[in-house]
Order: sequence, then structure tokens, then C-alpha cells
Amino acid sequence: MIKKFNIEVDCANCAAKIETAINEMPDVNNASINFMAQKLILDAPEEHMERLIKEIKKAARRIEPDFEMEC
Amino acid sequence: MTKKQKKMLRRIIVSLVLLVAVTLLLEFVALPWPFQLGLYLIPYLVIGWDILKKAALGIKNGQVFDENFLMTVATIGALCMQEYAEGAAVMLFYQIGELFQSYAVGKSRKSISALMDIRPDYANLLDESGKFEAVDPELVQVGQKILVQPGEKIPLDGLVLDGSGTLNTSALTGESLPRPVAKGDTVISGCINNEGVLTIQVTKPFAQSTVAKILDLVENSSVKKAKAEHFITKFARYYTPVVCYAALALAFIPSFITGDWAVWISRALTFLVISCPCALVISIPLTFFSGIGGASRCGILVKGGNYLEALAQTQTLVFDKTGTLTQGVFQVSHIEPAPGFTAEDVLNAAAAAESYSHHPIAKSLAKAASQSVSPASVQEVQEHAGKGVCALVDGKQVAAGNASLMDSLGLTFQQTDAVGTVVYVAIGGVFAGWILISDTLKPTAKTALEQLKRQGIRTVMLTGDSQKVAQSVAQELPLDEYHAELLPADKVSWVEKLLAQKKPSSTLAFVGDGINDAPVLSRADVGIAMGAMGSDAAIEAADVVLMDDDPAKIALSLRIARKCRRLVFQNITFALGVKFIFLLLGALGLTNMWGAVFADVGVTVLAVLNASRMLRIKPLMR
Repeated sequence: MIKKFNIEVDCANCAAKIETAINEMPDVNNASINFMAQKLILDAPEEHMERLIKEIKKAARRIEPDFEMEC
Repeated sequence: MTKKQKKMLRRIIVSLVLLVAVTLLLEFVALPWPFQLGLYLIPYLVIGWDILKKAALGIKNGQVFDENFLMTVATIGALCMQEYAEGAAVMLFYQIGELFQSYAVGKSRKSISALMDIRPDYANLLDESGKFEAVDPELVQVGQKILVQPGEKIPLDGLVLDGSGTLNTSALTGESLPRPVAKGDTVISGCINNEGVLTIQVTKPFAQSTVAKILDLVENSSVKKAKAEHFITKFARYYTPVVCYAALALAFIPSFITGDWAVWISRALTFLVISCPCALVISIPLTFFSGIGGASRCGILVKGGNYLEALAQTQTLVFDKTGTLTQGVFQVSHIEPAPGFTAEDVLNAAAAAESYSHHPIAKSLAKAASQSVSPASVQEVQEHAGKGVCALVDGKQVAAGNASLMDSLGLTFQQTDAVGTVVYVAIGGVFAGWILISDTLKPTAKTALEQLKRQGIRTVMLTGDSQKVAQSVAQELPLDEYHAELLPADKVSWVEKLLAQKKPSSTLAFVGDGINDAPVLSRADVGIAMGAMGSDAAIEAADVVLMDDDPAKIALSLRIARKCRRLVFQNITFALGVKFIFLLLGALGLTNMWGAVFADVGVTVLAVLNASRMLRIKPLMR
């Protein structure tokens, strides 16, 4: 399932790092961050979605403490 | 400015005032170093506390080598070297630069979203009593009726039930000519109603409407990243650690040899400031995104940076004929009256005789005729199957049909070998002339191909149509080659042949109207579908979607792609060049931390400004 989230990330390098980090998670098929549109496009199985969202938030805040994600 | 930015601006001003005050104070009063440090720490902490906090969090989370960490090490290093003013000033300067950068990014983000300002805010939902109420377009269901007043955006795709007017489609197609609509027409969301009140029956929910699809496509374009983007993120991953280790080496190795610790450590700190990769990392995706935004303004939707990159390398363009280079609609394209008749006589007589027929030929005759036919004037209509029709028009015997109709009536006439469908006409038992009905070229097809030719692009037309028709098109258009009488599978094999012939570094693009050419669209390096307004199949199958069916947009999209490639190249060389120059200067001690901060933030701002040039695309030449 492909889902799109509004995110808030201030620096482009952090966005790139977060994108890499999400793609390294098991169960994530593909993730891409559109820094200009402030969107995260996540492709992952539906049953893992909820758990992944939590994990993504946690991982992203480790890289960029100001990271916000709207679900 | 956003709230965050305003807050930062206040902090910058406060810290700047404090820093100036402290510096002035110390000019006049000599204080021992702990007091000096204490005084400079005030502006330093005002401006830098969040950086220090993020750096500490970063270390805790194993995220060293981010910019917060680098700035913290660099400035604390400066403080330790007893360069208090410099430590505080560099932090301040860095934050000013960050603010500039975030402002510039926000600005271009805003101008992109202004370009993409097609999302409707509300829909006027009609209830049964004819009253309407503004609701969220997402809540409107298929089958419900909405009202669109002059000046309003059409919020959902639908069918006009009542009213007529003209639509401004420029936000979708870049086309400034208004498009007339009337009862029974389908309309798509995102157009603006210029005049007239329209009652529209909704045919698609908002999530599947044209507007939602376009916005989706542009937002999702980050999934398909260009090679240049991959290169730069990979590069950034190695760049920062390498420069950090270089800084470490710079701090210790020469110091051990010369014993001049202060000089080399301060040079190493300068290195750290330059090692931030942000300028690189932001400017490349930003350029592609701006390119995609600018192109969508012209009615060209590009599904990803990689396609923009591939378009810039296109050397071979393969065209479908019908609907791409030609209108795909049959029209009267030529009338040849026999001596003693005018073109108008011939056309009106034929249109009247055929007025009872529903054949496409009869329709195109009626469309072209200057006077409408009154049913009473046409009598004794006789259809001759496969040949044509005879009728009494205003008391005169009229025959309109093919050559065999003329033969069977025993008329002497002049046969023609014109390409298309020929209708021979006899009036009052005498041959009056012939009318040619054919698919006509799109008005911009010729200039489009001439432009492509000038750009040095090989153009090929593939068509399922007869050799004769293809040849006549090829005579009018400056095509390099054409292949006719092809089945859809033949088109694929031709594209494969052409793919094998092209230079390996170049790409091949196929342009079709999206109707039954999906296999070719996906086989080509870049598949371009045109006339996609409202056609889901085309939007799905292609990599680049032209919203209207203007072939001139093809040359334009190549131009946009090449401009984008140029700006990406400029940004990469500029950002890398400046960084390396400053690294060199830093190592030689020819620049200080101030210069280093410029090399980091100044370059980013300039690269962002350069990328925003992608949003300004010169309109089409007519």
C-alpha cells in the first residue's frame, strides 16, 4: 500500500538522511521524501503501517529533533 | 515569513545587539579572560542554544557529523582558542545564513505551489430545492449536482447539465485561449469558469478527479529520482566524514611538525564549517522539483526527475500519426469545383443531399457547409449503399458519392488521386466537382517539427495508416523517416530497432495520444502522451503527460528539460567548486571562519536562487 504523509523537516540533508534510514527499515518496500513538497511517500504492507509510522517518527527525530509527521 | 523564521529573526537581532555591545564594552574596559568569555557567552548562547542542544542529542543518538555537531565543535573550538568574538560571531553568522536559506527555500516552495494552485477550496453543492451550500470538494459524491459561478474554479470532474460559458484552462494546459462549454459537455476540475453559471453533475469523486491526479503526480515525482540526485546524496554521505577526518589530520599532523598548534587548530575548525553538505543536497532536488513545477505550469506533467534528465538527452523522437501529428478528426480539406460551379455550390449541394445520413462523412460535410439545410428543401432521398446518395435539393437532382456512383449514373467526370476520402458531386445531371475529406494536420505540427529539426533531433513517424496517407503527411512535415501500415506490435519492434540504432548516451522518446499505444509508451526511454485532459489511461501509461494536444509542447518540454540539466550542472559545479576552493584556502590559512560560513550558507542561497529560474519558462512561440 502506498500512503502519503505531510511532514515537516527543515533541512534538505536531514530529509535525505531520514529517507535513507526509512528505506533501511525491514517491511518498508520503498520510501521517498519530497523535501520541497514536504511529503513522505511510503510504500509498505498495510498490516505494518501503524507500527512503521511510530518507528519512522522515532528514527526521524533521532536525526532531526524538529521532525513532524501528520497522519 | 513563518512563525519559526520570525522567532529566529528576533533571536538574531537580540544576539547581534548583545555582541556589538560586548565588543564595544571590551574596547574601553580591560577585563580578565573569564569575564570576557562570560560576556561573549551571552550572545553566543542566545543564538546558538538550539544548535548545542541538537548537537548533544545527535551525539547521544549516534548522529555525529551533522551540521549542528560541526558548528558546535567549530565554535567551541574557537572559544577554547580564546577567540571569543569569532566563536560567537560565527554562530550568529551561521544562523543568519540558515534563516536566509530557509526563507529562500520557503519562497520557492511557495511559488511552486502557486503554480500548482489548482486545488479547489470548496464546491457549491446543490440540494433539491435549488439552494446551494459551499462544502469541501472531498465530501461531494458522484451523481450530486454542483453549481459553478463565474470566476470560480470547477472543483470536480463532471458533466454540464445546464448553462454555458467559457473556461480558462491555463492552469492545466498553459493555453490562454478560453474553451467554450455548453450543456452536455464534460468538464474537468481545475479549470476556471470565466462567464456563465454552470450546473454540473459530478462524475468522479475528488480523489479520482483530474486535479487530485495532477497534484498527486507532482508530489510523487520524488519517487523517481534523477541520477544527479542519487549522485549527490551518495556524495554527501562520504563528503562530510572525509572532510572531518581531514580536519583532524590538519589539526594534528602539521602541529606536531611545526609545534604551531593555534594556527593549525583554527585552520582545522574552518575546515569543519566548510564540510556541511547542505548546499549540494538541497540545490539538486530543488532544481528538478522547480523544473517539474515550471513544466506543469505549461501543461506538461513530468512524472519524475529521471524523466526530465532523460528528456534532456533525447536525440530520437518517434511520433504516432493519428491524433498526435494530425487532428484525428475528418474534415473537408479541399474542394475542387468543375468549370461553371463554385466551391460553395458543390459543398452546399453535397451537404444537403447527405443531410439525412449519420455517416461521419455527412457530418463533416454539414460542419463545413456555409448554410444550414432546411429539411423541407431535401426530397426523394435515395441511398446507394457503398456508393453514395441521390436527392432532390430545391428541385434540382443532386448526387454525391464515390466514383462508382458517378459511373452508375453515366456521368463524365474527372477522377482524382488525392489522398483521403473523395466525394464526387453532380448537380442537375452534370458533374460539379469533388470534395476531399481527410484527417488534417494539427496547425502547430509543422513548426513543432521544424523546431525539433533545428535542435538536431531525428524524427520518425510510425503509423497504422496506409502508405499513401503517410507519404502525404511526410511531404508536408519535415520528418526524417516514416513507416506505414504497422500493427501495434510492429510499432514496438520498430521502436526497438530505433533504440538499437541510437547513440548509447542519448535517449528515445515516443509521442502518442495514449490510445492503444501503451506498449510503445512503456518500451521507449521516455513515453510522452498527449491530449490527456481527462484521459486516465494516458496519465497512467506515460512518463510525461501533455495536458493538451499541441505538438509544439514537445519541443518546449525538451527545452525545459535541457534548461533543467544546465542548471543542475551549474549548481553542482558551483557548489563543489566553491567548497573545494575554500577547503584549499582554509588549509593554507587564507580564509577565516567567516569566509567558511559564506562557503557553506552563501552557496546554498545562491544555488536556491539559481534553481528558482526553472520556474520561469518562456511561453510558446506562435
